[in-house]
Amino acid sequence: MLEFYRQMLLIRRFEEKAGQLYGLGLIGGFCHLYIGQEAVAVGLQSALEVGKDSVITGYRDHGHMLAYGIDPKVIMAELTGRAAGISRGKGGSMHMFSVDHGFYGGHGIVGAQVSLGTGLAFKHKYAGDGGVCVTYFGDGAANQGQVYESFNMAELWKLPVIFVIENNQYAMGTSVNRASAEDQLYRRGESFRIPGLQVDGMDVLAVRGAAEEAVAWVRAGKGPILLELKTYRYRGHSMSDPAKYRSRDEVQAVREKSDPIDHLAKELEALGVKEDDLKALDKQVRAIVAEAADFAEQAPEPEAGELYTDVLVGDY
Amino acid sequence: MAVELKMPALSPTMEEGTLAKWLVKEGDTVKSGDILAEIETDKATMEFEAVDEGTISKIVVPEGTDGVKVGEVIALIAGEDEPAEAPVGDAKPAAEQKPAAPEAKPEKAPPAPEGGGEPAPHQMETAARELVASASRSPEEPEVPAGTELVKQTVREALRDAMAEEMRADDTVFVMGEEVAQYQGAYKVTQGLLDEFGDKRVIDTPITEYGFAGIGTGAAMGGLKPIVEFMTFNFAMQAIDHIVNSAAKTNYMSGGQMRCPVVFRGPNGAAARVGAQHSQNYGPWYAAVPGLIVVAPYSAADAKGLLKAAIRSPDPVVFLENELLYGQSFEVPKLDDYVLPIGKARIAREGGDVTLVSYSIGVGVALDAAAKLAEEGIEAEVIDLRTLRPLDKATVLESLKKTNRMVVVEEGWPVCSIASEIMATAMEDGFDDLDAPVLRVTNEDVPLPYAANLEKAALIKAEDVVAAAKKVSYR
Repeated sequence: MLEFYRQMLLIRRFEEKAGQLYGLGLIGGFCHLYIGQEAVAVGLQSALEVGKDSVITGYRDHGHMLAYGIDPKVIMAELTGRAAGISRGKGGSMHMFSVDHGFYGGHGIVGAQVSLGTGLAFKHKYAGDGGVCVTYFGDGAANQGQVYESFNMAELWKLPVIFVIENNQYAMGTSVNRASAEDQLYRRGESFRIPGLQVDGMDVLAVRGAAEEAVAWVRAGKGPILLELKTYRYRGHSMSDPAKYRSRDEVQAVREKSDPIDHLAKELEALGVKEDDLKALDKQVRAIVAEAADFAEQAPEPEAGELYTDVLVGDY
Repeated sequence: MAVELKMPALSPTMEEGTLAKWLVKEGDTVKSGDILAEIETDKATMEFEAVDEGTISKIVVPEGTDGVKVGEVIALIAGEDEPAEAPVGDAKPAAEQKPAAPEAKPEKAPPAPEGGGEPAPHQMETAARELVASASRSPEEPEVPAGTELVKQTVREALRDAMAEEMRADDTVFVMGEEVAQYQGAYKVTQGLLDEFGDKRVIDTPITEYGFAGIGTGAAMGGLKPIVEFMTFNFAMQAIDHIVNSAAKTNYMSGGQMRCPVVFRGPNGAAARVGAQHSQNYGPWYAAVPGLIVVAPYSAADAKGLLKAAIRSPDPVVFLENELLYGQSFEVPKLDDYVLPIGKARIAREGGDVTLVSYSIGVGVALDAAAKLAEEGIEAEVIDLRTLRPLDKATVLESLKKTNRMVVVEEGWPVCSIASEIMATAMEDGFDDLDAPVLRVTNEDVPLPYAANLEKAALIKAEDVVAAAKKVSYR
């Protein structure tokens, strides 16, 4: 539990720092922060086996990488577009990958990762390697056509894929019920016979519990399963979103009543963990993030020649 | 009088077929809707239904006969009140039937005899036939060491063999798409693969291009080597996001971490009278995208050698075939492992007076034009680009240096085309070698019309290539 706490805190502090660096002009382009949704990636990925399973998500991807224990320095350096970044500075915030960890991105086109993740699950089944693919997407992507094309084939072919809808209530500025005829998104697999569970995405232990259920279902060869994680993002859709579509009170209420980190802190304290210990942990995490930020600011930009590398693998 | 049953045209490109099986015999009474026979076309085995009622008075063409031309009388039906006697017909007796001609011949069928007051089935009018005719007059010899045994093969068979050989060699190679397995391929390109490799590796998908293109791409990211067949590249428009955004860019965006060795293949370009939405050449679209390899072969040998190379490539490959060429036969080297290099054009015909640059079915048109030009004393060099990305500029420029004149022949639209790119290349890198502006012969800049006469007006023609070549030669 303490490790969950540490990971969520790391994501929170990392994203706060990323927001700061964006404001300083050190991070460019689009930058989508995961603040508020930390329990989802941490709870789910704690139930996976690194090296056996695979994970894929959309452009709000920093949290998923941190939850997989990928070095914050190379993530932050990617955000600042440096050669030391995990994609050598050529991907940026939305396009980060770690094939070593089975983390397949980081995709900028809303919903694309759902078909791709289903393809990764296809690979697990084809190779018979026992792995499963966790495919994250948002409530916005849940209205894309290819999601349902993928649901159909995933169930038809009994592919080992866990579809995870991170329902943070807003597809950019459009709330779920303004965009979705069926706003209970866990039911979206019903016509494909894919079972769905609705989970409190602000409670890391509930998420972990649901993840264990889902992994067991999928590993048993029963085909895909759909999890709807009810969560909330505190920040705008991206750094350039003023978030005028919701009230400050709404955000404040979630922060006060349902914050996943505060929630876990209370549970830890109830188990006897001292407040000072949590504070010490926070200090430790802040130091890691500060170090990552320093590294990301100081690391050199890619060599000019990098412009032409990795377009193709073969020589033709 | 007796009604003549004539060989029907059962597909847009069908010229002749095999009368595989009669399901009725002489003397049987049939009514409208009864299945009379099974006819094998270039694509599939079709059932032939009765339209008229009556008694089968004579079966003119016995079952098992190959090469029965569209419009030929295959049986006679006597009306209800007529005696079922053998009629006088001008149909050839079965014994005179030609032996099996394995592939469609482009020449027109003999005019079908009129009978029964109904219009006789005849070959559909289409300008596509002329494209095919150019191809059939223009066989390419593969580049192989002297003495290599050659076998005649259709492009269709060559593509299938390429896939089968690579699937035998590497069990991470699989093929997925609509109707690739049980149906044996909408255009029979995957014929027999299901039997040999089973349904784990030959996978029928629902009609869901975006979804299965994404699944194929994801499987490639995971380390498999998928061959994703599109029934035609027109349908790949639904999937172009995955081809361009997911497959082409990921290796770059991941700093070289994430490979995507997928092959997207299927027929591309105009077919026969299928109208605007089914007739488009996507070569220039995909060739514009860094991170993709784009191959568009002409001959069966190139189709085989390049598809094998495409499957082995560690990069995503868009492999553009041509429906009209599927049935064309070419010499293919009989070698255990015939693989050609991606990114290398080929001199399909040597000549010193003018260079004709083309790819895919346009090569047939260019070669046809070159033969006509030769009659007028102009020796054209014909370059088959074969790969559209990366483009073999060196071969093009070398030829330009020799001939100083160039015409680009492209079965596709003129604007922002491969022709545009070749012309720009000639300007940028071959300006001093030009004795005349480079010209392009392309399809008309309109959606492809359905009407036979308009279709003909819209597609490239050898005469236009001849005219352009003469123009750049100032003759």
